[in-house]
Amino acid sequence: MAATSFTAAKFLAPVAARSGGERAPPLPAGASSSSFARAMRRGGAHHPRLRTALAVSSDVLAGNKAQAAAANPAVTREEALELYEDMVLGRVFEDMCAQMYYRGKMFGFVHLYNGQEAVSTGFIKYLNQADCVVSTYRDHVHALSKGVPARSVMAELFGKATGCCRGQGGSMHMFSAPHNLLGGFAFIGEGIPVATGAAFAAKYRHEVLKQSGPDGLDVTVAFFGDGTCNNGQFFECLNMAQLWKLPIIFVVENNLWAIGMSHLRATSDPEIFKKGPAFGMPGVHVDGMDVLKVREVAKEAIDRARRGEGPTLVECETYRFRGHSLADPDELRKPGKDYFPVSFYFFASLVKFLVLTRLSGEMENGIKASLAKFVAMLKMASNIVLMKTDEKSHYAARDPITALKKYIIEENLATESELKSIEKKIEDVVEEAVEFADASPHPPRSQLLENVFADPKGFGIGPDGKYRCEDPKFTQGTAQV
Amino acid sequence: MFEALREALIEEMKLDPTVCVMGEDVGHYGGSYKVTKGLAEMFGDLRVLDTPIAENSFTGMGIGAAMKGLRPVVEGMNMGFLLLAYNQISNNCGMLHYTSGGQFKIPVVIRGPGGVGRQLGAEHSQRLESYFQSIPGLQMVACSTPYNAKGLMKAAIRSENPVVLFEHVLLYNMKEKIPDEEYICCLEEAEMVRPGEHVTILTYSRMRYHVMQAAKTLVNKGYDPEVIDIRSLKPFDLHTIGNSIKKTHRVLIVEECMRTGGIGASLRSAIIDNFWDYLDAPIMCLSSQDVPTPYAATLEDATVVQPAQIVAAVEQICQ
Repeated sequence: MAATSFTAAKFLAPVAARSGGERAPPLPAGASSSSFARAMRRGGAHHPRLRTALAVSSDVLAGNKAQAAAANPAVTREEALELYEDMVLGRVFEDMCAQMYYRGKMFGFVHLYNGQEAVSTGFIKYLNQADCVVSTYRDHVHALSKGVPARSVMAELFGKATGCCRGQGGSMHMFSAPHNLLGGFAFIGEGIPVATGAAFAAKYRHEVLKQSGPDGLDVTVAFFGDGTCNNGQFFECLNMAQLWKLPIIFVVENNLWAIGMSHLRATSDPEIFKKGPAFGMPGVHVDGMDVLKVREVAKEAIDRARRGEGPTLVECETYRFRGHSLADPDELRKPGKDYFPVSFYFFASLVKFLVLTRLSGEMENGIKASLAKFVAMLKMASNIVLMKTDEKSHYAARDPITALKKYIIEENLATESELKSIEKKIEDVVEEAVEFADASPHPPRSQLLENVFADPKGFGIGPDGKYRCEDPKFTQGTAQV
Repeated sequence: MFEALREALIEEMKLDPTVCVMGEDVGHYGGSYKVTKGLAEMFGDLRVLDTPIAENSFTGMGIGAAMKGLRPVVEGMNMGFLLLAYNQISNNCGMLHYTSGGQFKIPVVIRGPGGVGRQLGAEHSQRLESYFQSIPGLQMVACSTPYNAKGLMKAAIRSENPVVLFEHVLLYNMKEKIPDEEYICCLEEAEMVRPGEHVTILTYSRMRYHVMQAAKTLVNKGYDPEVIDIRSLKPFDLHTIGNSIKKTHRVLIVEECMRTGGIGASLRSAIIDNFWDYLDAPIMCLSSQDVPTPYAATLEDATVVQPAQIVAAVEQICQ
């Protein structure tokens, strides 16, 4: 790998404690002469807990596109196929959700993950069953990556009793105890403290209950977006996680938009990964459209957490191909003026079609091949024009699934037909999930009050002296206390 | 009372290693009201966790830890500070058991001192029971004596439901002899303080003492009030309350929270729904004024219900 590309080795550099003997780095010119500044210059003798933590940025951020696209970290065939299958599952599932929504099978707010699959797959596929994942309202694919069956997620989206949350949660509240998926939260930032709590419980189990796993601490990964990084809960949890060295990874899925609010308009310092070192933890920026790079960073962060070295803040540069939700008209991310290239491309495709339908035999193959090349060239030209004018196309060209497919084929890890058969398999899985969800029953009225309290005595004692929950029909009644 | 709460915590933490405490100054400082004094030395810094000042986040942290098998007792240094944790208490504490389809339980106890103290100012004198009462999935209890404080704390810790335990700033130094043997108070039951025949007085927390003071005056005047400490603010113990109403046919509610949307307002509705036929007089409800608690002593006294008002109210009901 080239020396300037983002490497795991850089990230592995240990967090250096600044002891009394070490000198503090020189302050910039014009530094104040406050007592704090003087103490800093003295080498931190008054601040034994000051640490230097790393801020590592990826080549994408440095604008180094050549390096960014260059040598990927090595991966085995099995791993590559697993990653590919998981990303395809995420994509196909989300596309099916869009279809089902517009057909009136799914309701309310549905937020799709198209384009961001590399982040979910890159992190979650490296986790164990016992590790926890906490997500936001854009949680379908996190659930799928963590192992929740597609049929459970689809049934939940349809609001059926067989859904992973019995139909009570919906799109924004995916939970699964067996898979350690701790939600699914509708308000942004809300899940971060919950994730911090899960990490705290892991540390507690190890230190107080003396229950240690063979690999180390159970890790928690919290996913959230760029908008959340301006929320108080984010900062409060960064502080607590680093303070107690909790086994948690804070993964920022920076897709540049919080509904219609551009990240750059909302954030004073838009480089989120730099906020990690402010709290003493490493902050890493990674190309979130490249699953292999995400996976490399994930490995380092997760292994670090497992060893008890504490949290990491990872900013993944990614993009959502669809709007914020299925109800979002997505007008602020309009594509640029592209009439010329598109119409040219269309014209060329039309010519190709007309010519080919009038040819026969051997001539057809030769002309077919050269026409195909011509059209591909035009497509590339139009893409280049569009890239300069349009964010959406820029990221569409970096589609993580296409990128991994290209990599797998170029590295001879699998053939095109093997990948196609994976795609077919996934399509069948998702179709089956829809059929299952369609055929599943709606929750009956008797389910209404069943899960309000873990202990239904919480509904209290009725006028007759008996606990309300002792009446077998109470769950379909009125929730009054 | 603070010793009773402390004893309850120690007993439960010894019994069950998953019980832990988190809050501001609960560890090395021993708690602002000494409820957790000495616990950090006994159980360690992780089990008695000194948190930074981030109520929303550490309450959420307690909830996440509860989802993963721990039983945290989250302390709000003053109940009013838990307003900052309202997001986590409403959205996560109350709701997650339901939205997860019953997959995760949240056995947290959220506790802290509230109520009007001695000239603490408006923000330190809040009564959050009325704010929290609508949250589905939450149980609320208010302790008023060392006996029921210890019993309710133990019951709350053992409960699989999230419980908010309201303590009162002025009651921490109450003294009472309590049993050496282990005992638990039922979370859903009310407490009969003084049986009587003429009028049912329903109260909780500090107002219990104002009511009992008024009761002395009333007894001298020839009245026989029945005093019930409802203890369980959500759900109401309609059995004990109902039996009392069926006997006396008159109800007076004395509470410290604000008039608008308070516990008394809900209690009144519940009584009208269930016991309308047994009432001989309209239900009277004495609550604090809808006013930010003033600092000045005279104004502060005028904000909460005083024994003289209770006496006057009983006389009015019993006409």
